[in-house]
Amino acid sequence: MPTITIDGQEIVVAEGTTVIQAAEKLGIYIPRYCYHPGLSIAGSCRLCMVEIEKMPKLQISCHIRVQDGMRVTTNSEKAVQARRAMLEFLLIDHPLDCPVCDQSGECELQNFYMEIGRYDSRFLDNKIKRKKAYPIGPHVILDQERCILCSRCVRFTDEVSRTHELGIFERGDRSVIDLYPGKRLDNKYSGNVIDICPVGALLERDFRFQCRVWYLQSQESICNGCARGCNTQIHYNTARPYKSQGRRILRLRPRFNPFVNRWWLCDEGRYGYEFINKNRIEYPYLRQAGQLELSDWDAALEETTRALKTALEQYGPESIGVIASPQLSNEDLYLIRKIFGELMGVKDIGFKSPWEKPGYQDDFLIRADKNPNSRGAEEMGLTSDVRTILESTGAGRIKVLYVFQHNFNAPEALELLRDTSVIIYQGTNWNQTAERAHVVLPSATYAEKDGTFTNFEGRIQRFRRAVPPLEESKTDFEILSLLAERLEYPLVYSDPGDLYMEWRGQSYEEMDPYGEMLG
Amino acid sequence: MPIVKLVSEYFGNEQARNLDWYQKHGGYAAARKALFEMTPKQVTEEVIKSNLRGLGGAGFPTGKKWSFVPETDDLPKYLAVNADEAEPGTFKDRYILEWDPHRLIEGIIICSWAVGIHQAYIYIRGEYVRPYRILKAAVDEAYQKGILGERVLGKDFKLDLHIHRGAGAYICGEETGLLESLEGKKGWPRLKPPFPAVVGLFKCPTVINNVETLAHLRCIIERGGEWFADLGVDRNGGTRLFALSGHVKRPGVYELPMGTPFRELIYEHGGGIVGDRRLKAVIPGGISAPVLRADQVDIPMTFDDLNKAGSMLGSAGVVVMDETVCMVEAMHTVAEFFAHESCGQCTPCRHGTGWVYRIVSRILEGHGSEDDLGTLMHAANYMTGTSICALSEGASMAYRGFLTQFPEEFKYHVRHGKCDVKEKRQAVA
Repeated sequence: MPTITIDGQEIVVAEGTTVIQAAEKLGIYIPRYCYHPGLSIAGSCRLCMVEIEKMPKLQISCHIRVQDGMRVTTNSEKAVQARRAMLEFLLIDHPLDCPVCDQSGECELQNFYMEIGRYDSRFLDNKIKRKKAYPIGPHVILDQERCILCSRCVRFTDEVSRTHELGIFERGDRSVIDLYPGKRLDNKYSGNVIDICPVGALLERDFRFQCRVWYLQSQESICNGCARGCNTQIHYNTARPYKSQGRRILRLRPRFNPFVNRWWLCDEGRYGYEFINKNRIEYPYLRQAGQLELSDWDAALEETTRALKTALEQYGPESIGVIASPQLSNEDLYLIRKIFGELMGVKDIGFKSPWEKPGYQDDFLIRADKNPNSRGAEEMGLTSDVRTILESTGAGRIKVLYVFQHNFNAPEALELLRDTSVIIYQGTNWNQTAERAHVVLPSATYAEKDGTFTNFEGRIQRFRRAVPPLEESKTDFEILSLLAERLEYPLVYSDPGDLYMEWRGQSYEEMDPYGEMLG
Repeated sequence: MPIVKLVSEYFGNEQARNLDWYQKHGGYAAARKALFEMTPKQVTEEVIKSNLRGLGGAGFPTGKKWSFVPETDDLPKYLAVNADEAEPGTFKDRYILEWDPHRLIEGIIICSWAVGIHQAYIYIRGEYVRPYRILKAAVDEAYQKGILGERVLGKDFKLDLHIHRGAGAYICGEETGLLESLEGKKGWPRLKPPFPAVVGLFKCPTVINNVETLAHLRCIIERGGEWFADLGVDRNGGTRLFALSGHVKRPGVYELPMGTPFRELIYEHGGGIVGDRRLKAVIPGGISAPVLRADQVDIPMTFDDLNKAGSMLGSAGVVVMDETVCMVEAMHTVAEFFAHESCGQCTPCRHGTGWVYRIVSRILEGHGSEDDLGTLMHAANYMTGTSICALSEGASMAYRGFLTQFPEEFKYHVRHGKCDVKEKRQAVA
């Protein structure tokens, strides 16, 4: 394996490693536009040029491979001057409309210019006009003037999504990114071009003008859109709720995980966060005289406790059914198993709705199972058949049905639920189950709590609270803990981390950042 | 030095396009000799001995280029003939294609035999309609008479030759841009390494040679590499076609031994300057080559001597400019060309060419400043050594040529907002 020296630091890397990758291993970040680790090498922006001993010309570090004994200087005067010249070239036809550009604040053109740019412009001529603010698909809007033609988006649609919508047309300084005739950028992964665009050329229609990026806060999370468990960042803003129509979650961005989603996220997941902001159950409700009436936690929990206790005393644990949800975290499911299974003695605990049809699936990221934690629920052994539970409800054996999150809107399910004496619904959003419930307990979404999901491959991945639970909703952990207290079950968990520790014998902090495999 | 007619032997001879006539006059004898009497290795050695260099402009030793192709047979090997002659001032290949297409086909057979190639492509400039028709007829005839195809000249050696017409982009003359275009893609030059000799057309080993380079092979095989090398000087073997244009009395294509001075080409063969005016400048090798001043015309025309003089022999397209030419205007024309033809793939060329063109246009309109001259030089400097292919380098060299060879003219323009040459010209008229 070759040994190479970069900026005075020696490193041994595998044969075939490029200099830019070797530098990254040493923590040296070489400026780049066209280079992206998930795409082929274009070598066209010429920003990553470095000086290499015994080579008269500067070399692009994204393309040149390490050789034993190579000595590289990334920030020599020559390299920096050349980089500065490239930046000046790139700004020649750039509109410099940063004040109205959504990328401002996370723009690589701004960033590198801040570092090494030439501040006084000597460009005195007219700039070339191109198409601006031009929607090219349901999620993406294009500004050709801001584009620096790094071709990342073109390579993404050619190599990753393999949908071939984008190309570079014309030549010389008239070159532009555009759609091929008759095409729209409408594929399952179109949002990724926004992430990889280093400048403000490709922007998110959903996010545009909603919030300046420097007001965004960020939290690591896991997408709950399907069983893949793509790693995400939740970008949110709690400080300025009067902006963005009160939208707290403003966008999702993929977070690199080499074993799960690499750099990517599907549009379904990226734009599937609306439920966090909309149609939420904000307060506890109790059914009174046939109507769901606004209530409070004390009353709702009291009613839940009473119903459960009565059923237990009169008919025993066979009279209680629990339908957990594959949307819940491992910790929540563990706690459900503990309280209902172990302490209460309930046998009928299931999670998998027989009415949920498999969705779209492909050979890349998207899974047919649209739940983030089916595997975790299976692993917890909460595998009673949900149809049987509902049938027992309809038949009158089960008196109290505790449903988490599920929307039982299938005619068959509605029919089975019709005569259930007590339905306790614990969930995040209004749905048909909630509307039929006797007690409605508002819970927090995954963005409002801590926990882990186990993806379909058995990888346990941690997500964290980005924003507090909306209004009076509480995390499932809190609700279940309060309930356990009222049921006089002695539990000793102060947060979901304690549950994870009990389940896995490991703390959150000890988890591999890319997740832990089951077993 | 005298005109030596090797490649240009049949220029002006309508008969030579005819296969029978060509064969009757010794045509395809060299190819037969190579196929039946020489091993591929011997052919390559002869070419190495000849000091033949790539005559498309880069001047890379031809035999050496062939020897970079891996000898293994696990992948097919290809020959791409560069007939995308588009460097302004260059029109030598056109003469070969129009007057002597069989000499090219013969060269293609010799090269293919030497390297072990069974598929060859001629990438011909799209605007070359007449040369294309003539070449197409010659190739068809060669197929009919068994010179190309399953058994080349009766030998158990297969060679297919395809002609591919370009669509009008200068960049497709850059060898890897040519390969991309041949593969049906946008003619964007590739990153090197890998070089085409190893990963070329359709990801297979590929030789890319210029028309004239291949046309020289007949004489080299007929009369030996040493004989050819002796015609030239040092490491610049044989003769070369010089395309002479501009303010000369007899423009045209002249075949001269390497090492002939420009003065001889311009004044003896070209008959001197039109109207017997004074010579001002010479672009020695297509417009990418930095311009020479009149006092530099005694430089011998070799790759090496011109490199020493800070210019290059390039494609040997010699453009002569007399005293009535404004150098700012000349640079403007050159800058317009490069801005128009830059493929736009890499940053320095995409923006550099456009920027330089806009600045020079402004200077020409009388709105330049001294600072602009510094900016031009800066832009030119960073277009060298930073780009994917040689287009940017060529443009940069050309710009710097004008700026450093004729600084006083540029200064006059920016100081006075007008052109003194033009004024003098009008006064003369």
